[in-house]
Amino acid sequence: MGRVLAVIIWIITLLSVLLFVAGKWWFPEAISEHAPALDRQFLITIVVVGISFTAAQVGLGWMVWKYRDTGSSSDRATYSHGSNRLEVLWTVITAVVFISLGVMGQSVWASLRLHDAPAGSYSVEVVAQQFQWNFHYAGKDGKFGRTDPKFIDDGSLNFIGIDATDTAGADDAVTSALAIPVNRPVELRLRSKDVIHNFWVPQLRFKQDLVPGMEIKVHFTANKVGKYELACAELCGQLHFKMKSYMLVLPEEEIQQLQAMPQEQFQAKMAVLLAKYPLPTYQ
Amino acid sequence: MLGPMCQAVMATMVTSTKKATTKGMGSGGRFPGPNGKKPGGNGFHGGDGGNKRKFSPWSYRITMWMVLAAIVMMFGALSVAYVMVSEEQRTPVPMPRMFFVSTGLILVSSATFHQAKKALEQNRADTHLRWLLATLGLGFGFLISQLAGWRELARAGVYFSGHPRSTFFYLATALHGGHLLGGIGLVFYLVIRRLRPLWQLSAEKNVTWTRVVGLYWHTMDGIWIWLFALLLIFK
Amino acid sequence: MSAETHEGVHRHPAPTSFIRKYIFSVDHKIIGIQYIMLALAAVAVGMTMSLLMRLNLSWPGTHWPILETLFPTGAPGGVMTPEFYLSLVTMHGTIMVFFVLTTAPQGGFGNYFLPIQIGAEDMAFPVLNMLSFWVTLVGFIVILLAIFVEGNQSLGQAFAAIGPSFTGGSGTVGPIGGWTGYAPLSALGKIAGPGQGAGMNLWVISIAIFCVGSLLGALNFITTLLNMRTKGMSLMRMPLTCWAWFTTAVLALLSFPVLLGGGILLLLDRIAGTSFFIPSGLYVSGLLSGTNPNFPLHTGGSPILWQHLFWFFGHPEVYIAILPGMGATSHILSTFARKPVFGYRAMVFAIFAIGLLGFFVWGHHMFISGMSPYSAIAFSVLTLSIGVPSAVKTFNWIGTLWGARIRFTTAMLFALGFVSLFVAGGITGLILGQSSLDLAMHDTYIVTAHFHLVMGVASIFGMFAALYFWFPKMFGRFMNESIGRIHFWLTFIGVYTIFVPMHIMGIVGMPRRYSSFAEYEFLKTLHPLVLLVSVAAVITISAQLLFYFNVFWSIFKGKKAGDNPWEATTLEWTTATPPPHDNFAGVLPTVYHGPYEFAVPGAPKDYVMQTDAGADVPSGDGHNGHKH
Repeated sequence: MGRVLAVIIWIITLLSVLLFVAGKWWFPEAISEHAPALDRQFLITIVVVGISFTAAQVGLGWMVWKYRDTGSSSDRATYSHGSNRLEVLWTVITAVVFISLGVMGQSVWASLRLHDAPAGSYSVEVVAQQFQWNFHYAGKDGKFGRTDPKFIDDGSLNFIGIDATDTAGADDAVTSALAIPVNRPVELRLRSKDVIHNFWVPQLRFKQDLVPGMEIKVHFTANKVGKYELACAELCGQLHFKMKSYMLVLPEEEIQQLQAMPQEQFQAKMAVLLAKYPLPTYQ
Repeated sequence: MLGPMCQAVMATMVTSTKKATTKGMGSGGRFPGPNGKKPGGNGFHGGDGGNKRKFSPWSYRITMWMVLAAIVMMFGALSVAYVMVSEEQRTPVPMPRMFFVSTGLILVSSATFHQAKKALEQNRADTHLRWLLATLGLGFGFLISQLAGWRELARAGVYFSGHPRSTFFYLATALHGGHLLGGIGLVFYLVIRRLRPLWQLSAEKNVTWTRVVGLYWHTMDGIWIWLFALLLIFK
Repeated sequence: MSAETHEGVHRHPAPTSFIRKYIFSVDHKIIGIQYIMLALAAVAVGMTMSLLMRLNLSWPGTHWPILETLFPTGAPGGVMTPEFYLSLVTMHGTIMVFFVLTTAPQGGFGNYFLPIQIGAEDMAFPVLNMLSFWVTLVGFIVILLAIFVEGNQSLGQAFAAIGPSFTGGSGTVGPIGGWTGYAPLSALGKIAGPGQGAGMNLWVISIAIFCVGSLLGALNFITTLLNMRTKGMSLMRMPLTCWAWFTTAVLALLSFPVLLGGGILLLLDRIAGTSFFIPSGLYVSGLLSGTNPNFPLHTGGSPILWQHLFWFFGHPEVYIAILPGMGATSHILSTFARKPVFGYRAMVFAIFAIGLLGFFVWGHHMFISGMSPYSAIAFSVLTLSIGVPSAVKTFNWIGTLWGARIRFTTAMLFALGFVSLFVAGGITGLILGQSSLDLAMHDTYIVTAHFHLVMGVASIFGMFAALYFWFPKMFGRFMNESIGRIHFWLTFIGVYTIFVPMHIMGIVGMPRRYSSFAEYEFLKTLHPLVLLVSVAAVITISAQLLFYFNVFWSIFKGKKAGDNPWEATTLEWTTATPPPHDNFAGVLPTVYHGPYEFAVPGAPKDYVMQTDAGADVPSGDGHNGHKH
């Protein structure tokens, strides 16, 4: 029984590791500036995880194989209450490895979250609701029109409550898809109308909750042109799985073009662009 | 015992320890299997062959400390909630004058209870009873002053629903008042104990019960002071 | 507060009526069995729900006749609606975490064996103990009520008579906010979605009741362990199970009141129009806050506040779920390895460290919640450090096996399985605990894989091991070892097959709580893995039927067992099988040795019981000899 258990544990370990290293299923391609650092930290971590996992399972299997009671000898087990030296040794080693990982794991976070978006960022206001995304662009004047919940009327398509009397908002556009420039820091100002949602594009390696009652500012830089799926990643109701949109990463000229367009033209152009850029291929 | 039992609803955790001292309801049947076989091993005990469970003061004291730890954690959570909600759209809430009266009443009640305990330790049973009754009276007075304080709030336009800080004035005092009502039940129990013949039998039990009820009562006092200060500072 | 107890002998006539013996019993042994039975019922409900979830994910759009019959609104034509799926997610999590993982390990086995293992006749406050079970049971009934109130039209409409926020009959099996119930989704009431009316109210009430039941139970554990240990049973001679139950009780004592506080605030937001978690200016389902009787004016609330309150409880809760299993594993590994626990003292410290650190890491559930990014850093580093005591425990378990003479009983198999699965599940905490990586991993299936492996599998294996181990003592009969073995293999291989692929799904990006993956291109490649997981789930869940059969058949027909069938050393094995009403037939034991004196050189047998006065045991860590 001990040998069977050991073998089965080892087979499970082997298959699990193979599943990871086979590479058939992995992160999608990375398209943001911080993504390579994040992927690298993930790789380091998963290697530590893999080694620890394998070592523990191999050790466990080895023990149950070697020290199974074969019933033959009348020898007893080794009488040992432990070893203080070993305790200190493995506690210290584990602590060093884990805490080092922990400290290393803060650098990408710190680079993204501890300071505001750099000057010259492209700002987009994101207002999430059950169950769609609304992206608010500042238009040619670069100023966001005033919004107020009391102006919201889904029926008449004023999803984010634009104040019609505010002139700064005259050139603004609100669409359901996100368009951002490539190779330029993007600032998202995240808000929500009703419940908590979460902005997520897998290729971006980036997530943030949108919390009602708060305006949360985050930033990142995308460095590959294309169209990417955007999903909600915080349970927001029954159609949470369908709260889908797209993120278009566009060359600077196309963004400038878009920025100059008012609402109707903006939306029409977005439709054209969404059709123009294909989704990445997934294996 | 019926009075305190009714108040058990308010403070189930505490009043149910009262039930534990009444004779155990008895139980112990087993699923199929023999019963009462001689135990193996070297169990040794100079049993006294008596019929009663020997009283252990520490059980009661430890349990009361634990109960209070749990109650403090809950009020702590509510306090965090109070501080964390946002400031938006809010006018400061005026502290009702009656709550100052409440504070006075509860502080005095802790003093009267302390006197009750001292009297007991000096074997002055009648004085003990009188101080207990005084504490009871002050406890009721506290609750009445709380209700009056709520009236003041309502008249000042502060209602239960509305800004969470306003809700908190009512909620925290209500929850505290509920726990205090449980405390009143406990003091009432002490009064009843004092009047029953059982009283003569175990001085140790009387002292232990008085001590744990005192712990509870003083902690309720402390929680009120904390809430009062919180509301005063963050109004 | 020394080990020399103040307690004398407790003798009162044993109860005779069926009701006093088995229903309203104050005997900790009966109460322990009641908790275990409750958990067995709850886990059946929870597993059925997860099975339905897997069927929906793997074969979407399939017409399931049984669903059509039972839930015509929630699954019209036998096809699950998204809200029905989410209500399964919510109720599965709630029932499993609370009514399975927070009942059987602590209230079940702890209640039964803590007093016996420390040499006491019962818990300190038996009536309080009985109350704790019945309050918990009421909580369970209320959560089951949520299923019916939402699932049944007429019952749901009848409930609306209580108040507008109590409307049910949505066709789901309960609320749809997940077991975590994030606000404002959970606070807004029925305007936020189906199942968020009566179902959600009943959910909050059920959990509040459960909090009270747990607190009542925790009081007894702490007082009994501190004050009622028999002569010679010093703290460092207690079995590790007792240390685990003690620490778990302290965690419960300090964390459940916070959930209770949060639950009260949530309920008030829902039924009394308060705004603890609801900010102003919301626009929900076409209604602006304060402009409609269905959506009163709210102001000042903080959704993140709910997360803080919930997770301040929620993180210690997961340690409440696993610590008893760790204690049982240490105990059972030592017994069947025929060796002392390696590093008993280190194990005790590790239990404390896990318990203590568990209170300081709750923010790792909230890295991207909008809370301060600086606190995220602090929480992240602390979280990685909590892996250290867990690793120390794993090393000590393996150390216990080194040089052993292992007997592969079913209980031992499950204890070994615990070690394997705890490593598998715990190790991914290294990934999820890092704030940077959480940017990619939050709310994906890698989280689901992680917590299922530690809670939903390792913790359950701890319970299986405990039941197979203690069953003979509790019922006087063995569970069938052959069926047990089959149960073990199917389950062990099954759970790995279910949960390892989920890590990969998470890496690719499969989000949690999605009722369907059909909308996204990037998820389509995962379908073969989804199928594999579901097939494994069907097989594994079916294998549990063997377990149920084994339990109930063995109670009546199992092979009879003596007082110490496993040749173990602790106090429960010194008394009769099953133990008499007062545990020790009027003669409390005296303890001379530590709990794991196996393979003592020179001793006549390969084990020395704790009560063996004549045995000469070399002092291992200084606590097994005649001193202390």
